[in-house]
This record gives sequence, C-alpha cells and structure tokens, in this order.
Amino acid sequence: MSLAVTSSVCLGLLIPFTVGMAQDIVVQEGTSVPTLGAAILSARPGDHIVVRRGVYREPTIVIDVPGITIEGDSGAVFDGEDAEDVLLVTADSVTIRGLTIRHVATSYIDDRAAIKFQEVTGCVAEHNRIEDAFFGIYLAKSTDCTIRHNVAIGRKTTETKSGNAIHLWNSRDVLVEDNTVSGHRDGIYFEFVTGAMVRRNVSTDNLRYGLHFMFSHNCEYWDNVFARNGAGVAVMYTKGVTMVGNRFEENWGSAAFGLLLKDITDSRVEDNVFRGNSTAIHAEGSDRIIVKGNEFIANGWAVKIMANSIDNEFTRNRFVGNAFDVSTNSRSSSSRFSENYWGAYQGYDLDRDGYGDVPFRPVRLFALLVEQYPPAIILMRSAFVDMIDLAERVVPILTPETLVDEHPLMEWRQ
Amino acid sequence: MKSTGKILRYQLRDVIRGRWILVYTLVFLLMTDVLFRFGGSGDRVVLSLMNVVLLLVPLVSIIFGTMYLYHAREFIVMLLAQPVDRTSLFLGLYGGMAIPLAGGYAVGVGLPFLWHAGGGAGSALGVLLLTGVLLTCAFTALAFLVAVLFEDRAKGFGAAVLVWLLAAVVYDGIVLMVVTTLWRYPLERPLLALTMLNPIDLGRVLLLLQFDIAALMGYTGAIFNRFFGSAVGKGLALTVLVAWSVLPLLVGLRRFRMKDF
Repeated sequence: MSLAVTSSVCLGLLIPFTVGMAQDIVVQEGTSVPTLGAAILSARPGDHIVVRRGVYREPTIVIDVPGITIEGDSGAVFDGEDAEDVLLVTADSVTIRGLTIRHVATSYIDDRAAIKFQEVTGCVAEHNRIEDAFFGIYLAKSTDCTIRHNVAIGRKTTETKSGNAIHLWNSRDVLVEDNTVSGHRDGIYFEFVTGAMVRRNVSTDNLRYGLHFMFSHNCEYWDNVFARNGAGVAVMYTKGVTMVGNRFEENWGSAAFGLLLKDITDSRVEDNVFRGNSTAIHAEGSDRIIVKGNEFIANGWAVKIMANSIDNEFTRNRFVGNAFDVSTNSRSSSSRFSENYWGAYQGYDLDRDGYGDVPFRPVRLFALLVEQYPPAIILMRSAFVDMIDLAERVVPILTPETLVDEHPLMEWRQ
Repeated sequence: MKSTGKILRYQLRDVIRGRWILVYTLVFLLMTDVLFRFGGSGDRVVLSLMNVVLLLVPLVSIIFGTMYLYHAREFIVMLLAQPVDRTSLFLGLYGGMAIPLAGGYAVGVGLPFLWHAGGGAGSALGVLLLTGVLLTCAFTALAFLVAVLFEDRAKGFGAAVLVWLLAAVVYDGIVLMVVTTLWRYPLERPLLALTMLNPIDLGRVLLLLQFDIAALMGYTGAIFNRFFGSAVGKGLALTVLVAWSVLPLLVGLRRFRMKDF
C-alpha cells in the first residue's frame, strides 16, 4: 500500500518531466510485478506494459492511467474467476492487445464484461481472445475507439444468461473490424451509437442476433458475415444505415430473419448476399431504403415488406430459388421494384435489350393469402394453390397492382 | 381364402404380362434419376418428387383400378360360375392390382436412391415411399368401390376422375375457404382434422414436415409438427391412411357380394 502511495506521489511529480519517456513494465509471476494491477499502480501515462505468459487471477483491474498499452505474450491469460469485470478502462487512449480473458460470470444486476471501456476516448482493443464471458468487449460513452481482430466465444447457454460479444452503448466514431464472435446473446450490439464503421466481422451461432442495433444513426456495415444466429439480424429505430457486401446466411427458424428492418429510414442495403434464411429481409415501418444489387438465394421469403413501409426501392437484385420472392400484407404497395432478376420469370426478350418484355409480378396470390390468413400456409405446395397462383398471374386481380417489375432483367451481373 | 392366393398369383402374372406396370415403374425411375442428375442432394429430389407423387400416384391408381375391374368383368363372371367365394375373388383382384402398382412405384422411386447412395435423404425418403404406397392402396380401393357402384363404364370413369379431383384439388379449395372465412378463430386444430381427413393432404403435410421448409409454416406448422412428431400423431396419421384403403374396400366388398352380375 505504501508502495502504491509512494509511486502515485512520484508519478504526480514526475509527469511534467517524463513526457515522451515511456517505460516498459513487465508483468510476470514470481517477480516484483506479479500482477497487472501492480503494474498499473506504478505505470505512468504512455507506458508499455507487457504481460508474460501465465494465468492471472485478480480482482477487477481498473486501468486509470491514460495512454498506456497493455500487451499480452501468447499464453497470457486472465481468469475472471467468475468475479466482476476483468478489465475496466476509465482512462483515455488505452490499448489492450493480445490478451486472453476467460470466465466472466453472468449477473442479472450489472453488465460484467471481459474488457469494459467507460467514458473514454481513443481506446483500442485488438487481437484479444475472450472465452466464456458474459459480455465480451463493452464500450459505454466512449468515442474514437477501435475494436479489431478480437475473438469472442461465448458459452451458448440461454438468452437471459448470456450477454453480448461486442456491446456499444452511447458511443461515437468507433471502428469494429475483423472480429470473430459466436455463442453470445448478440454478436454485435449497438444502442445510441453514431458514426461507427463495422467491417469484415464474422458473427455466427449467437443465441439471438448476429447484429442488433437501435437508435444508432449513420453507421456503416461492410463485408460482414452473419450466419446461423438464433434470430438472424435485427436493426431498429435508426436512420442513415449503410449495409454493403455483407452475407446473411442460414438464419433459419420460424422466428429467424436474415435482416429485420424495423423503423429504419433513409438507408442503403447493397450488394449483400442472403442465402438460406427463413425470411431474408423483413421490412416494417421502414421508408426510403435503397435495396440494390443483392442476391436472394434459397430463402423461405426473400422480401417481406409490410404496407407501412413506403418509398423503398428494389433494383438490380437477384431472386433465385426462394419459396416466396416478395410478400406483403396489402393490396397496395408504395415500394418500387425495377430491373431485378427473377428466377421465376417466364417472359421473353424479343428486342434483346436485356429486359423482359412482359412485366413480372413477384407477389404470388398465395403469399398474400398467407400474410392475411397465416393458417393458410398449411396448403403450401398444394396443387390447388399452384393453380390459383397461375390463374392470378395470368389475370391479376387480387395481388398488388403497383407491385410489379416493369423491366425484369433477363440476366444478372453484379 | 386359399383361392385368394391362387387368384392373386394369376392376376400378378397377368399384370406383369400386360407390361404397362413396367412403363409405370420406368416413369418413376427415369424421373427420380433425372432429378438426381440435375438436382443433386436426396432431400431436394424428395421435395421435387413430392408434388408429382401426390398427384400422379392417386390418379394412376384410381384410373387403372377402375379400368381394370371393368375389363375383368367377363373373367369375374366366369370365375363366379366356379366354386369360388366372392370375398376371395374381390380381395384377390384388389391385391393383384394394388401390389404391382405399389411395388412399381416403390421400385421406381427407390432404385435411383439406391444407386445414388441415398443422397442423404433418410427419413424423408421413407415417408415418401410409405405415403406413395399407402396412397396407391387407398386409391385402388376407391377405384374398386367406384367400379362396383357404377354399372356404366362412362359413369364409372367420370366418378373416378371426380373422386381424384375432389381429393387432389377441390378439397384444398374448401380448406382455403374455411381459413379465409373463419380466420378470426383459432383454426389450428380444425385444420389438423381437415388435413387428416384427406389422404393426399395428409401425405403432403407429413412430407413437408420432413423438410426444413416446415420452419416457414410458422405457428400453424409448429402445431402440426408437434402433433405429427408425437407417437399418437404418427399412429393416428398411419391409421387414417390405412383406413382410406380398408373402408372403401369393405364397402366395395359388401356391394360386390350382393351384386347381380
């Protein structure tokens, strides 16, 4: 204790003289600095702390010295021993790199995390491995941070017993890239986050959502993979979302969605691949979204668009092998479909301009019936249903008159 | 009952000599094989075969069954002049029709799965084969009932086609009507009952539940899945499918025994 007091007093005195003279502190069992906690006590801003191989069991380590870097050798493991947060960062510009953190207990009172950044700026968490944690990497009220190349493997119990792998709350301008997360409740969770860039992450086999955000405006999602998550991806109450080049795959189940859009406005969904989801895109109360250049392959429903979604634009998408291409719950629709490629299209192109000469109506009568009378789904693949679909296709009476692709593509190129 | 065996044996030889059963088998064989070559995995082949089987098997069974009994009229009359009891004769004739049809179907669909090493279709293939065989038995029995009821061939064929149309197409229209008019009420159980009553619908639902598209069927599908997943549900479904062969056959037999040739 006296050492701690002395060192912090010295620290205060030394700061003016030691700027730019960062020291290295080595944490190793059996030495004078056996724990990371001890290292933090003697650390000065800008220091570099190296954690040697070993299993460290410490109470919550509060990192309150700004500008330090904590780097783990391979085999540097922090065991939370089912206590509270393992690393709690409260100072700015802290980098945490290469640590393995395991065992963070479930709590129904507070959000315990492997690495928690609380009200900081410029934080970095990279190349860490997190196993069996309640929450993985947790940012609260933080800005200009980077979360990169981390791996988080959850314990896959139940939704209520597990937390999120990467959890951002009330944060700005965060870069989340190249992380691999699985087995948590939500892979990536944002609430009140603005200006985040999320790219090249792989979020699979989570209990609930691969990606879940609310009130998180102007964030971008590029080239991520969201696969086999319990309920797929659900995003809500947000404007200015950009989703490009992501893969939404095998989110299968009666309550799973490739991408659920709930009150999402003025956004772009482009060049993504949706494969094998029970519902690829479900749009509800979502306006002015541009859905362009996506591939919808072998989904149950490719696009389910509710009548409360207006002015959306679906162009140059590819629909192949879906049980239902487009479904809606209304006979009028104010979203536009044009120049898409439809696998079910049977028209021709006499003038060879690349567009079919006959408009395509992607909403089957049966899809409309099922949307209005859900139990009718029991007639799926019945000969009668095929017949009324055919009749309706020839002479459309009930299906939305305006939901028609006037220029269906004959061939599809990305 | 000894004569049933004799008649059955004679009928089987007759049917095989007629060669049409080979064509029937070959159609399924080619179809399944082609689907394998284009489609790939066993589950997808079963799914593609499903609609064909549900339409074609009942249609062929009821048409061929009716035709066969009308054709065999002189043979029946001749045999009835011998010391052969009518029950043995009727059952022998029925077996002579239903067994080759069911066998032809099972061989036609099953063989390609054998030489494509199953393609990973396990239980779905089992359900497909069982449904097809039971539908064959049911619609052959219905065919015999129709042929016994109508003296006039034209009327008989008309009735046979009508029975098929009712079961394969119109029935689903009625189900849809029930759904759209009564959708405010919880319909899952009544729908379950309605599905159980029609062998083709029952076959279709049993097959659908084998695939992951069952997940698309939402709440209704979940109820169906739970019911048909239970031992009671399975037993009941099987009983209903068998009853569709037994009941028409019994009624037909009653009429056949009293019929004045």
